[in-house]
Amino acid sequence: MAEIMYWEAIRRAHDEEMARDPLVICMGEDIGVAGGTYKATKGLYEKYGPLRVIDTPISENSYTGLGIGASFLGLRPIIELMSVNFTWLAMDQMFNSAAKVRYMSGGQLSAPVVFRSPGGTAHQLGAQHSARMEKVFMGIAGLRVVTPSNPRQAYGLLKSAVRCDDPVFINEHELMYNMKGEVPDSEYFHPLEGSEISRSGTDVTLFGYNISVHWNLKAAEILDKQYGISAEVVDLYSLSPLDRAGIRKSIAKTHRAVVVGEDEAPVSVGSEVIALINEECFFELDAAPMRVNSAHVPQPYNHTLEKASIPDHEDVVNAVLKMFGKA
Amino acid sequence: MKLEDKKRVLREMVVHRRFEERCYQAYIERKIGGFLHLYPGQEACCNGVLEAARPGYDYVITGYRDHVHAIKCGADPKEVMAELYGKETGSSKGRGGSMHIFDAKHHFMGGYALVGGPFPLAAGIAKAIQIKGGDEIAICFLGDAANNQGTFHETLNMAALWNLPVLFVCENNLYGIGTAIERSTAVVHQHKRVCGYGIEAAECDGQDIEKVYEAAKVAVNHVRSGKGPYFLELMTYRYRGHSMSDSRGYRTREEEEEWKQRDPIYILRDRLIAQKAMTMADYEALEKEIDHYIENEVVKFAEESPEPRIEELEKYVLADRETQLPWLTGRAA
Repeated sequence: MAEIMYWEAIRRAHDEEMARDPLVICMGEDIGVAGGTYKATKGLYEKYGPLRVIDTPISENSYTGLGIGASFLGLRPIIELMSVNFTWLAMDQMFNSAAKVRYMSGGQLSAPVVFRSPGGTAHQLGAQHSARMEKVFMGIAGLRVVTPSNPRQAYGLLKSAVRCDDPVFINEHELMYNMKGEVPDSEYFHPLEGSEISRSGTDVTLFGYNISVHWNLKAAEILDKQYGISAEVVDLYSLSPLDRAGIRKSIAKTHRAVVVGEDEAPVSVGSEVIALINEECFFELDAAPMRVNSAHVPQPYNHTLEKASIPDHEDVVNAVLKMFGKA
Repeated sequence: MKLEDKKRVLREMVVHRRFEERCYQAYIERKIGGFLHLYPGQEACCNGVLEAARPGYDYVITGYRDHVHAIKCGADPKEVMAELYGKETGSSKGRGGSMHIFDAKHHFMGGYALVGGPFPLAAGIAKAIQIKGGDEIAICFLGDAANNQGTFHETLNMAALWNLPVLFVCENNLYGIGTAIERSTAVVHQHKRVCGYGIEAAECDGQDIEKVYEAAKVAVNHVRSGKGPYFLELMTYRYRGHSMSDSRGYRTREEEEEWKQRDPIYILRDRLIAQKAMTMADYEALEKEIDHYIENEVVKFAEESPEPRIEELEKYVLADRETQLPWLTGRAA
């Protein structure tokens, strides 16, 4: 099993799927000749040519719609949107066309298309280039939403998303493309549904996804070593559908939940996870579930303010200590 | 157009007209819900263009005024009416409604309700044809008001840039919902707006089907022969309001009467009568026969069809789970 970077894992999934099926294409801004802003499509233009590796104009809504239209005829487009901030422009086509076409055609058409886009706060990119949008996508019927927290998931989720007949939104993270991790040498399909236990524990469950899984792992380490609290870390790599059974199972074991995300608290992923916990696990709970989120502000440019606006492992530790009456 | 084709198309146009007028009645009777956008007045546009193309083979996409385009592509009027009634036997199994008629087996790729939404979808269909290497073309029928959306300009740019086999048909009926074109649009002649994209374009009378047919032949040949996209503007008029909730207060009755003098069905009918290819009595018999068909086959089918089952409310949201298990569970071979 080789250790490769997150971007290399995504590139490998593209390459394997394009080599296998001539109907798999990829498109987006700067993905061809330039190789992709985060190198996720590096070298594919040279290998597969301009007909299948399409550098698009900066017209997010229409090139997204174009990919969706192509998928009606059986193509499998992987559409990169350079930043989730730009997906606002493409949401008309993503939501009104891709997510609804199967339903409103009574099953006659489908849009087997993959949308990939990095979200999250990187380094002082300011209000219009730092956003967490997964909470918007996961509320849309007809769309699957997954968000890889490591290179293995990044590779395996893209492979499965290309094969799946439903439209899939893959929420990546700008800070994670250079993260290294083990990816199986042989072909691997990561399930589009479910969750993973990243670390086993008995006293509290730290739910997270994408980058917050890493904050939670670090927090669990500190909680164990310094406070004797055994935290379980659950990776909700599928945000739509959420893994109800997996959430129930962990709560049944730990009876406490902290939901951690980089998104803002009002209407966050955590809102939905906690609502689900209340609906399905209320009598298992020993404490009111808590959530850890970013501040409800447009992302500030100033480095100190930016850092203060997003949570980290210390915020997770503090939330758990508060829950246990130790803070 | 050959005489036989003219007679056949006249018949089809009467079916289209009477179908739509019958929808009006069913809407008043509250048998049809939601929004209903009717096509009378514009019949020569859809019929003239698709006579020059290959309906059922070429891919057609349009907006929400979509019943007639679907039927022209090959959809069964019974299934379209059943869809308007929200029945399980409807073309979209009652899940779509008037604005979302689909008939994929006849390559009618749907009616869409966001103005300008089908532009990029049409270009995408054309892109798929280009990659797969077929000789079909994509035909996108939209109204003039759609050209004020960003998707119009974004899509024209990409269609020209990548030389896509797509024909854009602009049915210019002079009003975007209730706003006259000269009050919403700086350049009223829509074909002039595409010249900035290097796309071949023409304008044509949309009421005379033979003129539409001739103009469309040029357009279709251009696109099918690999010369890239084409934009055809057809000057036309809708007799009814934008939708059923429209009392047409934004235009005069005189203007409506003027356009009715150039009714697409009567233009063709009178020409056939003048050529002694039919008589007025033949035409009246034809109308009667079609009314009988609409009432006793089309409406009857819709009336008698079953409702969708509530247990199947969530069917068609996603692909059938059983077929997707390898990717959902990760247990792929």
